[in-house]
Amino acid sequence: MSEDKRNPTSVNQPRRRLLQVVGATGAASALGFPSVSFGQASTRTVKIGMIQPMTGMFAYNGAQGMVGAKLAADEINAAGGIRSMGGAKIELVIGDSQSKPEAAVSEVDKLSEQGISCFVGGYASGLALTATQASARNKVPFLVDGAVSDQITGRGLYGVFRLAPGFKQITDVALQNLSTINDATGKQVKTVALVFEDGAFGSGLAKTLAGELPKRGFEIVESIGFPTPTRDFTNIGLKLRSSKPDLIIPSCYLNEYVLLARSIHQNKVPKKAIYSVIGGGASNMKFVREFNAAAQGIMDCNHWIDPRKARSQRLVSTLDAAKVDLTYEVLLNYSNVLLAIDAIEKAGSGDREKINQALLNSTFDGHVMPYGPTKFVNGQNEGARPINTQIQGMKVEVVFPAEYATAKMIFPVPLG
Amino acid sequence: MFDIGILTAVTLNGLTVGAIYALGALGLTLIYGVLHIINFAHGSTLMMALYACFFLHQRAGVDPYTALLIVPPAFFVLGYGLQRYLIAPLGFGKDINVLLVTLGISIILDNLALYLWTSNTRNIDIPQAQVFIEMGVTSLALPKLIGVVASIVVGLLFWLLMTQTDLGKAIRAVARERRGARIVGISVDHIFAMSFGIGTACIAVAACLLIPTYYVTPKVGDGFVLIAFTTVVLGGMGSFIGALVGGLFLGVVEAWSGLWLGESLGQIGVFIIFILVLLFKPNGLFGQRST
Amino acid sequence: MTNMKRQTQVMLVLILALAVIPLFVSSKFWMGFWVMLLFHALIGQSWNILGGYGGQTSYGHAVFFGTGAYVTAVMQTHFGFNAWAAALVAIGAGGGVGLFIGALSFRYGLRGSYFALVTLAFAEVFRVIVNSWDFTGSGFGMLLALKPGLANMQFADRQLFFYLILVLTIIATGVALWLESSRFGAHLVAIRENEDAAKALGINTFKVKLRAIAISAALAATGGVFYMQYFLFVDSHIGYGPSMSISALLVPLIGGPGTVLGPFIGALSLGVLSEVTKHTMGETPGANLMAYGVLLLIVLRFLPNGLMGLFRGRS
Repeated sequence: MSEDKRNPTSVNQPRRRLLQVVGATGAASALGFPSVSFGQASTRTVKIGMIQPMTGMFAYNGAQGMVGAKLAADEINAAGGIRSMGGAKIELVIGDSQSKPEAAVSEVDKLSEQGISCFVGGYASGLALTATQASARNKVPFLVDGAVSDQITGRGLYGVFRLAPGFKQITDVALQNLSTINDATGKQVKTVALVFEDGAFGSGLAKTLAGELPKRGFEIVESIGFPTPTRDFTNIGLKLRSSKPDLIIPSCYLNEYVLLARSIHQNKVPKKAIYSVIGGGASNMKFVREFNAAAQGIMDCNHWIDPRKARSQRLVSTLDAAKVDLTYEVLLNYSNVLLAIDAIEKAGSGDREKINQALLNSTFDGHVMPYGPTKFVNGQNEGARPINTQIQGMKVEVVFPAEYATAKMIFPVPLG
Repeated sequence: MFDIGILTAVTLNGLTVGAIYALGALGLTLIYGVLHIINFAHGSTLMMALYACFFLHQRAGVDPYTALLIVPPAFFVLGYGLQRYLIAPLGFGKDINVLLVTLGISIILDNLALYLWTSNTRNIDIPQAQVFIEMGVTSLALPKLIGVVASIVVGLLFWLLMTQTDLGKAIRAVARERRGARIVGISVDHIFAMSFGIGTACIAVAACLLIPTYYVTPKVGDGFVLIAFTTVVLGGMGSFIGALVGGLFLGVVEAWSGLWLGESLGQIGVFIIFILVLLFKPNGLFGQRST
Repeated sequence: MTNMKRQTQVMLVLILALAVIPLFVSSKFWMGFWVMLLFHALIGQSWNILGGYGGQTSYGHAVFFGTGAYVTAVMQTHFGFNAWAAALVAIGAGGGVGLFIGALSFRYGLRGSYFALVTLAFAEVFRVIVNSWDFTGSGFGMLLALKPGLANMQFADRQLFFYLILVLTIIATGVALWLESSRFGAHLVAIRENEDAAKALGINTFKVKLRAIAISAALAATGGVFYMQYFLFVDSHIGYGPSMSISALLVPLIGGPGTVLGPFIGALSLGVLSEVTKHTMGETPGANLMAYGVLLLIVLRFLPNGLMGLFRGRS
């Protein structure tokens, strides 16, 4: 082994240096570097902490979430800020969770000491679960965006709110809609194949679906889990082709969804429809643009906008103009930040407990989601639900329920 | 349990996937065989090459097959430089340090890509990707068949390089006996860098062949690192035939265990093989005697 | 032996310094920083036993860490064990996995890169299995109910977690100190320097290495138990994924492998580095991690024996 002979220093001095470094870091932490402001927000700005994965495996989702969040904050600031606080501006402070729970907790703690009034974010269930534990300890409200685990709300933790639906709500609605649609078109779908990512949300959804589908008269002929990432979907395409399900239900993230859909298309899997439940690509304009042929007719039951609201349409055109894809992270964070701002407005201050109270009593309808006014029970918004979309031509249309529909549903989908 | 139709189709597809593994492993096995370093930056290099192909296509309309003339040579230079001017000086010849250096490089490359190009997934769509060759029970996308052919061609080129050229002889000499090679006047540093460069160029070839049926994100390389190491070990560190055969074999193993155990649990198929080979035949199928 | 005495002295001072930190730190964030720092020092020290002193580099140390986390979670959730009892089972399980992997690998003479890769492969196998098995939470992972209380090894006050991890780190350090002064430790280092020569000298290399990996694994599993109690959540990526394996080797290698203080210095520097880069460059995704990587390379350039190289005139 080669030795390093270039540092012949006297032995005691460097040892003191080590202790000096430890001491310095200790002093810094005692003084509270880098956090400087104690107490709550000043009357000039109210800070919202965004706990998003900006790096790591969920970097794309975090970036999309921030797009939505920024749009909401900019919109309100441009319109005069928080009126009940004399025009105070909203400032978003990003806490990168690095797609890891340790970093999420660390950022929650750091931002809690920097005068954040509330948090928005989480994204993945593991991140949301640990981050909300930390925020509850710090007594700061936390609005969870996309994470669907049912355990996020209902733990009795302080200040945890979820605007969007959790597992149970999503699967209930997805199944109900499927049954309704199927019944209305002559019950042509009898057999189902589940294709899901084997992480938290995919396998959880698949398990619930596997339990519920038979009760509604569907037969599950295939249940295929796969890891994220998966390099090649040909085998899955072949399995699907040989089991010939009437309906394929995929639940996975964007990249795998695209590969899967392409494989189904290329292997000419005979099916009557693809009905995703939280399909990562199924309501993603990028997919529609880049692989249009494979995307035709794909349905999704996912977080989506209420197309009737003027605000939704404004959001869509803003994103179009900025050439940013409309994905659910954008809508959910946009809506959650608006919700947070509404609570701040009602609270008339950046005080955390007042905001918490405002959220508990919130009846906010200024979001772009198809939920109606908010009503939080044990942290979960009762009216939350996914809706059905379908890719037709170059657009993602809402097709069900009828009151939200922007186009007529094509079901089953003729084999193309 | 499974009808022969599916089994054949799955096997054929496994071979095409394995061809890409083989290409990646060719580069890695050369690097390991000569330099005895485990290149932690393998996945990051693949990712960079994929981005190179993507941007060539998007900005200059160059399709990935034409890019074979551009990207591998460019990455050869990159690899040469990395080894000669970064890894060697920082590694001080110790395996542990070299490991850390390649780890550091991979962190830098992964985050450089994130910083420059964001995390948006990039795809390209070329006409060849829509062409399917019927093969009885299944149809294979043309790019995949091209991949199989290319890996065999590259393997042959490797073999020619190693056995018929002076460079190849010098490389083999250095791999076998470093000090002796130096004594007869071979510049070992130069040979190390050449080997790393060639290995990196190989990874770039794999990228060109992969991109029509895959995608690019800053993290895309992660999924290939472990399988590349497994292929190298299975084939025998330093053996090119081994890398080829190993890659194809693992592609099939992966396909079969995915069929039998499901895609999720099926991942262990490759790793179990890895462990068994390491325990019982660490020199791999075709490896040389351990030094 | 004066080296030993010096190291012990420094360790005692360090421990005293660390022990009074909670008295000065009121910020939750900074308390968390110190907790995680000691956690990484613990994991790093566990790797150090096998890799630093023993020269057996493991690329898959997460396999032991994850076992600690998962077993304690399973024992509490499925079998109703008390947290402390579950912890003991988990640490035992970790050691057991160490013995298993060690027995296989060393019996078949795996060394150097081959050993490193086999640990990586085992980590991956475990990862895939827990991810596919409902008993271990499959894709979802394991969640412990929030129940603060000494009996549950969960503390509302983070300072208590700090003292817990401090005690665990002291134990791990004690093991390292013992290695520095015992015959077993001397044998282990001899194996690191030249295994064949050690064997020729009559050292039972198989037994020594096996003991080392069992100790290393048990310590890593202890870290896993702590992680589970602190975060109350683990999934296959956290438990058995590459992230923890990389931390495990980065910390002692940067700090100084084969030294008692190395893991502390490594954990401190990497922790500070991480916070500084996040603070100065956290705005644009990727920039701070790139800086982290560059600084890593700079350290390697000037301190190839790790940061302990700053503190020693000779090796």
